[in-house]
Amino acid sequence: MAIDRIVGIDLGTTNSLVAFMQGERPVVIPGEDGLNLVPSVVALDERDRIQVGSPARKYLIETPERAVYSIKRLMGRGVGDIQEELKLFPFRLADDLEAEEVIRIRLGEKTFTPPEISGFILRQLKRNAERFFGAPVTQAVVTVPAYFNDAQRQATKDAGRIAGLEVLRLVNEPTAASLAYGLDKKRNGIVAVYDLGGGTFDISILKLHDGIFEVIATNGDTHLGGDDIDNLLIRIALDDIRGDMGLDVSRDGEAVARIRKAVIEAKIRLSSEPAVTLEVALPGGQHYQRQITREQFDELLKPIIDRTVGPSKQALKDAGLKPEQIEEVVLVGGSTRIPKVRALVEELFERKPHTDLNPDEVVALGAAVQATILGGGSPATEDMLLLDVTPLSLGIEVAGGVTDKIILRNSTIPASATEHYTTQIDGQANVAIHVLQGERELAKDCRSLARFDLKGIPPMSAGIPRIEVRFLIDANGILHVSAREQRSGKEAEIDVQPSYGLTDEQVENMILESFDSAEEDFRERQVIEARREAETILAALEKGKQSPAWRLLSSAEKKEIAKLEKALRGSKGGDDYPAIRQGIDQLNQATMRLAELMMDGAVSSALTGKTMDQADLGEGPTAPHPVAKAEFK
Amino acid sequence: MTTEVSNSTAPASACWSCGDMRAAQFCTACGKVQPPTPVDFFRFFGLPRKLNLNVVALEKEFYELSRKLHPDLSARADRREQEWSLEQSSLLNDAYRTLKDPIRRTEYLLQLEGVELEEQSKSATEKARATGEIKKQVVPPDLLEEVFDLNMQLEELRVQKKAHEDDPALIEEVGRQKLELEEKSEALQNELKGHWNQWDQVEAGGSEEERRQVRDRMVDLLNRRNYIRNLVRTVEEVLEG
Repeated sequence: MAIDRIVGIDLGTTNSLVAFMQGERPVVIPGEDGLNLVPSVVALDERDRIQVGSPARKYLIETPERAVYSIKRLMGRGVGDIQEELKLFPFRLADDLEAEEVIRIRLGEKTFTPPEISGFILRQLKRNAERFFGAPVTQAVVTVPAYFNDAQRQATKDAGRIAGLEVLRLVNEPTAASLAYGLDKKRNGIVAVYDLGGGTFDISILKLHDGIFEVIATNGDTHLGGDDIDNLLIRIALDDIRGDMGLDVSRDGEAVARIRKAVIEAKIRLSSEPAVTLEVALPGGQHYQRQITREQFDELLKPIIDRTVGPSKQALKDAGLKPEQIEEVVLVGGSTRIPKVRALVEELFERKPHTDLNPDEVVALGAAVQATILGGGSPATEDMLLLDVTPLSLGIEVAGGVTDKIILRNSTIPASATEHYTTQIDGQANVAIHVLQGERELAKDCRSLARFDLKGIPPMSAGIPRIEVRFLIDANGILHVSAREQRSGKEAEIDVQPSYGLTDEQVENMILESFDSAEEDFRERQVIEARREAETILAALEKGKQSPAWRLLSSAEKKEIAKLEKALRGSKGGDDYPAIRQGIDQLNQATMRLAELMMDGAVSSALTGKTMDQADLGEGPTAPHPVAKAEFK
Repeated sequence: MTTEVSNSTAPASACWSCGDMRAAQFCTACGKVQPPTPVDFFRFFGLPRKLNLNVVALEKEFYELSRKLHPDLSARADRREQEWSLEQSSLLNDAYRTLKDPIRRTEYLLQLEGVELEEQSKSATEKARATGEIKKQVVPPDLLEEVFDLNMQLEELRVQKKAHEDDPALIEEVGRQKLELEEKSEALQNELKGHWNQWDQVEAGGSEEERRQVRDRMVDLLNRRNYIRNLVRTVEEVLEG
């Protein structure tokens, strides 16, 4: 009996993957195109249907206003937060967005929130897995950057729900990578994971021993990745074009998209070639060309990759370790293929990094391992356990706009803290708490996580109530709050206003909408299958027309067949499933006698010395099945 | 079975899953996580309230308990067990984090003994303002002059930094004082550890007066150390501009 499998998913900025544990080893599940990587690109096609991955890519260039990439950069963020992103990326925000609302971006005439877009990507991965297993997949482990805050994590969970996946656990990407690494080597020791992806940078230091993967310290930058390198090169190209050709194509979506594509190709080639020529055919017909050498590239990169030094050193400091105490450095993320990055890592940690693992796949593989651990384990993962930490200090805003840290960064999770509050005014029934994440002293410099209103405090004189509030960060790194007034023993009601998140109601609505589109998917598949069948029967008909049997038909029959053939050719170009279906059935009917004649013809050919093999049997469902040679004595 | 957890204050009762006698956090017979009981961190690890502690043994215990209590291992269990796992492992992590570090361990123990340490941090000041209480702030008397001088120097440094006219001599002097303070802090920590033996003795069977004396001495050392550490932090902030 098949147990529902739990898969591991890497929901990346640039590419996404789904993997599972096949016996002892984790394995990536390919898409229908046979490829392991699903580009994190979503587009609305000409028929307003959602396209994800490779099929969506062409829309980035052809109709960029109907496509989006790197949506991960917007997850769990507010409008005020993303001003930098808006300058560097072609995100088009919905026109009617209010200041406090969740971001919505435009694809064509429709708008979607980032969790919905990520949800489309997750749904595609879910389908790939289901196709592979031939069975439903409803649970997954999904990875997030270690440095993701609470709102970003919650948004990822919401995306999972919208896609019809129960996210059993969010795992930090570097920790997942260490699982893939540790599984392989069964090693004990101190490992650093340097993860430079498309949009985020994480550095984690772990202690591996006897199957326990214990994170000691983690740090990072959620606004730093390969995208920034691309944008730098794009800007140079735009400047060149403005200077040399007098053209400002910065607002031309298609031009920028083409430049971006060329820039990415050039960047990748520069990892193995000493120089490349950047070539772009602009939409207006002009050609832009520029040579870039490895040296120039390294110069350009420097300020970007130098930003990884600070967090790396801080992580070492928090771990209380010196570089020489790190035994292995594992590289994760496509950007770590860049030679300059590897050189930097070697310098930082005073050793050559470990490059055996595929930096694109290792996170998904690790997620698959964790999925198996959660699923009850297999012999391969029997002794394995992840002990992760919260990356940011959790604090409460107190008088004076100062943050009072109640759970410090790098605390092993689950972790909790209990605080006590009281009232200022007689009979006060509510107390407001502002919760923040971050290391700074002032609340305004930290990240607002949520505002909690404790309601229903029994009426007492000011200063008398003793409200015990418990803050708990769970194994996903997400905060839960519970409160109790101790004198009365009454549980206080907590009203959470997440600063950048979706309410449960909003998520529910999105889930319902995604069911509607599931309907659409099913119908779409029906149409595709019907079209295939139509093509088969039409091809068989073509063959039939070449056969001697055709001449035996009456002109009335031929006319009828011709009419139905034309109708079917017409309807199969459209979406009307019933019409195509009817067309197939009718043509089938009309060509039945032809098929019989062809069959007889085959037999009589045998009689005249030809064998069945040589007779033209035609193809497709209407063609007669090859039968054993008739032997006539 | 590996854990010897003394839980003498909790009533013995049967495991809800298999009926065997209940251990503190998980059933020793069937391994199922139990509902958490409100115990202090020492009790959680089955340790007496002594300050000398074998950190290596503690770490080993921490890993073993993690393997039993972590939510990852009850991912397939029902909601109730998952809740208990979450609570228990949170308690485990909090307890380990506190007991592992010598200063936190001491502060925690004193807190259990009902002592309130002076909080010199900025946030405590603000908190005090908010609730209208008077914050206890005491400059250790023997540091008065030093602190006064240092504060003057920091003020000067702040002004200089604002005007972008750093005086390297002043910076060096302040840096030197910071190092001295850090050494003082170290020394206090060592002196504190010296008192642990005393505490451990009276904890087992000393008079109330003896306990009070050792406690007070440790409180004093901790307060002074906290004060110095906050001062060092302030210096670092100014130096980093």
